[in-house]
Amino acid sequence: MTRKTGEMFLKRELLPFFWCSGCGNGIIMGCIFRAMEESGLSRENTVVVTGIGCWGKADDYFTTHAFHGTHGRALAVATGIKSANPSLDVIALVGDGDGATIGGNHLIHAARRNADITVIMSNNNNYGMTGGQYSGTTPFGAITSTSRYGHAEDEFDVSELVKTAGAGYVAKGTIANPLQLQKFIEKAFQKRNGFRFVEAMNICPTYYGKNNKTGNAPEMIEKLRKNTVEIKTARAAEPHELKGKIIVGEYADKEVDGFIKRYKEIQKKASVVSRK
Amino acid sequence: MAKIAVDYKLCKKCGICAAFCPRKVYSFNALDGLKAAREKECVACEKCVIMCPDFAIRVIREKG
Repeated sequence: MTRKTGEMFLKRELLPFFWCSGCGNGIIMGCIFRAMEESGLSRENTVVVTGIGCWGKADDYFTTHAFHGTHGRALAVATGIKSANPSLDVIALVGDGDGATIGGNHLIHAARRNADITVIMSNNNNYGMTGGQYSGTTPFGAITSTSRYGHAEDEFDVSELVKTAGAGYVAKGTIANPLQLQKFIEKAFQKRNGFRFVEAMNICPTYYGKNNKTGNAPEMIEKLRKNTVEIKTARAAEPHELKGKIIVGEYADKEVDGFIKRYKEIQKKASVVSRK
Repeated sequence: MAKIAVDYKLCKKCGICAAFCPRKVYSFNALDGLKAAREKECVACEKCVIMCPDFAIRVIREKG
């Protein structure tokens, strides 16, 4: 049996990718391509929406339809596309700066509304494209271009945030375990209604790695792998054991009514009232 | 047995494939770049294909 590669979704003629050497975005791309093929998404019926940032360039390499939005507004655009044509599969690709920091409000409200889109966040703990400034997911004490002596604030746990906001499916994986990440993305694609959110913990060897002296790309991925705890293990563990750890797994997996379904019901109600 | 095809136009010399190969098939350093030095050891698990961020590696399975 040959492994599914999802190559039909990749614009191979545009390679090499625009990203730096060792950037994990390419690994996430591979996971998305394979998951798309596994879950039977078609090129003609899929729209990939991105914002701005390193991960925002990802839509260039898809053979599907694509929409490149403004910074932080990828989810607003994606919700609009899905509402206008509910038969489309809409995938929004957001970074941590795009999705959790500048577009943080869009993220929680799209989750609360359960807009029927899949969101894949590449979280590399800083703003990579503009030179490694701190973002909403930069951990406390980390050195970035805008926190030369250590970051004073705590970071968001974006997956917990989206889960609390009411999303139907929330999972977190890392690029150190691409097969698990692919499984989460596949499950998100197959659910087909409600807000589905997959956070991929990524590395930024060019800025975050260099500033914090965490080594080159393979060393950073190895550290990421060692720093992860499965969610089942985490539930049984003491809070002090989990400090600074990345908890991977499915945060939420429940059946919800998506925004489209609910809105159609309201439309029906309204049309009956207006006829009277 | 498997054959490894590295596309050197796409390879950005990050060394992820060499670091994560369970059979240590690749030799890698910053000067010489990447080579599939011990190709005979390859069991075609395709971990390098999945971990390569630049789609630069193909593993071709050979029968037998």
